[in-house]
Amino acid sequence: MRKLILSALVAAGLTGASGAALASGGGEPLMKPEFSFNGFFGQYDKAQLKRGFELFHQVCSNCHGLRLVAYRNLEAVGLTADEIKTIAAERDIDDVPNDEGIVSKRAGRPSDKYIGPFPNDQAAAAANGGALPPDLSLMAKARVGGPNYIYSLMLGFKDEAPEGHLVPDGKFFNVYFPGNNISMPPQLMEDLVTYSDGTAATPEQMALDISAFLNWTAEPELDVRKSMGLKVLVFLAVFTALLYALKRQIWKNVH
Amino acid sequence: MSGFQTNNKVVSWLDQRLPIFSMLHHSGIEYPTPRNLNYWWNFGSLAGFILVVMILTGIFLVMNYSSHTSLAFDSVERIMRDVNYGWLIRYLHMNGASMFFILVYIHIFRNLYYGSYKSPREVLWWIGIIIFLSMMGTAFMGYVLPWGQMSFWGATVITNLFSAFPIVGDPIVTLLWGGFAVDNPTLNRFFSLHYLLPFVILGLVVVHVWALHTVRSNNPLGVEIKTQADTIPFHPYYTIKDLFGIGVFLMFYCAFVFWAPNFFGEPDNYIPANPMVTPPHIVPEWYFLPFYAILRAFTQDIWIISAKLQGVVAMFSAIIILFFLPWLDTSKVRSAKFRPWYRQFFWLFLVDCVVLGYVGGKPAEEPLVTIGQIATAYYFAHFLIIMPLLGKIEKPKALPASISAPVLKEKA
Repeated sequence: MRKLILSALVAAGLTGASGAALASGGGEPLMKPEFSFNGFFGQYDKAQLKRGFELFHQVCSNCHGLRLVAYRNLEAVGLTADEIKTIAAERDIDDVPNDEGIVSKRAGRPSDKYIGPFPNDQAAAAANGGALPPDLSLMAKARVGGPNYIYSLMLGFKDEAPEGHLVPDGKFFNVYFPGNNISMPPQLMEDLVTYSDGTAATPEQMALDISAFLNWTAEPELDVRKSMGLKVLVFLAVFTALLYALKRQIWKNVH
Repeated sequence: MSGFQTNNKVVSWLDQRLPIFSMLHHSGIEYPTPRNLNYWWNFGSLAGFILVVMILTGIFLVMNYSSHTSLAFDSVERIMRDVNYGWLIRYLHMNGASMFFILVYIHIFRNLYYGSYKSPREVLWWIGIIIFLSMMGTAFMGYVLPWGQMSFWGATVITNLFSAFPIVGDPIVTLLWGGFAVDNPTLNRFFSLHYLLPFVILGLVVVHVWALHTVRSNNPLGVEIKTQADTIPFHPYYTIKDLFGIGVFLMFYCAFVFWAPNFFGEPDNYIPANPMVTPPHIVPEWYFLPFYAILRAFTQDIWIISAKLQGVVAMFSAIIILFFLPWLDTSKVRSAKFRPWYRQFFWLFLVDCVVLGYVGGKPAEEPLVTIGQIATAYYFAHFLIIMPLLGKIEKPKALPASISAPVLKEKA
């Protein structure tokens, strides 16, 4: 019996230890910046989304795709129809086969999804030292903390890893990344991009803008959702109050 | 069925041939309901309401969903982005599942508190448990359909449980999968069954209400209806009370749908399923967590019985045991209102279930493993030791003569 209890404890200890090993590293609490879309009434800041797109388009899109967002959707971040046409035409994709069955390239159109930098995942991984740069369409919903995680990750690079922590070649130390060794090099250098609205491109500003933009790519319906929710809730509150008054009236003689 | 009368010749003609109006009148209007039901009795009608919401939103989602592994994830994202109000329909459906379980769990605990499962309502209680089991199956298969990481790995872990059974285990798993891994055949059969089961649940709900109307509703005092003074007709008293309940519930539901639509979800499910990458921490949906904790509480093989088999058997037993509750509870008194000791143990049991839920959602680390084991032991002890003993040793308080007696006394 004692042996049984002992081995049960050992087994529990082992599973516990492996769980602890998994949880170690990257457990830093995330930074929580003030996003315009936080809170009950929060909505996207269109100018910020546009800045975020400019940053994404000029920098991030050299490695990362955005396969669920169509060029036409970019009207929502404040691009004009002509600008969208120009941007869409910057990259080529395969056309449908012509009458002779030959597949040629054509320029992208506003109706196309954002054309990624690589033809497939294998090419993307091969060009990046074996690490696949993930598609960013849903990143703000696919990580715990969402936009806070993206913001923290962008600013979480450290030149020096803490003593005893080994960073392999081709990896970089990031406080917030699970396991701390990330394949993406630090990106946000002062004045990395020149914003068309003249905002100073500090690392903090850029981190905020890209996080907001990627939240928009993940939840483009947020503005509509919250404003509709407000109307729904006001209606329900009035309607339910009337139902309650009616209930009191009907039940008057029962109690 | 005597109460229905009409001057409309068409209605009367039809009713003589198919008494549909008489039946509706009988069960929806004149059904004699105890006059003292409190708001905990709203949760049955609320569960029925959300079932209808789930079926309706589900039907519209299916119009835009593709049940192929290479299309499923993107078809859901297309619903979210390009289908008119697709995000609203999907978020209503997604959060509706969690709401359904919240409502049904409250409904079940209401039953436990007021002893509604006791004679003559055992069959009514059984049908309820079967509905609960069908809901669990439906919800599990529904969670697989978006084909995200947690869909895939949740399906892999849960279906693998059946492999714990000796000899028949592996063939069962192969049969469930339609192959040798969770793949396209699995997704297709889950989709098919996910569309079928809600209608089975709907049928079960009809039987549930049929049984209810045969034995009549229990009430907070737990004494049977004796005279007409104990009851009021269902309409308008309980129709308006249920409608008011639906209004309050809708506000709670909509708060999640419009402001925190992914509160109950796992971020990992927004990553497309990838059989080559295992998420670091696989968890089922929150409503399965107490049972998941019971499954994981068994860590030691005993002779040839693997820890996994013990866990699987315990997990199923945790629900099967509910079928025997009408006889495990030896007390003649229904309502916990008159059972001072049981009332304490009821809350203790509720806390135990919450603890199990918490442990189920965390990685298997000490001290949570031990806490989970103690909580599992207590879960079964509640049914197998405490309930039978309490009925024998507890001294219940005096019961009122009838449902209307306390009301009349107050008036006098």
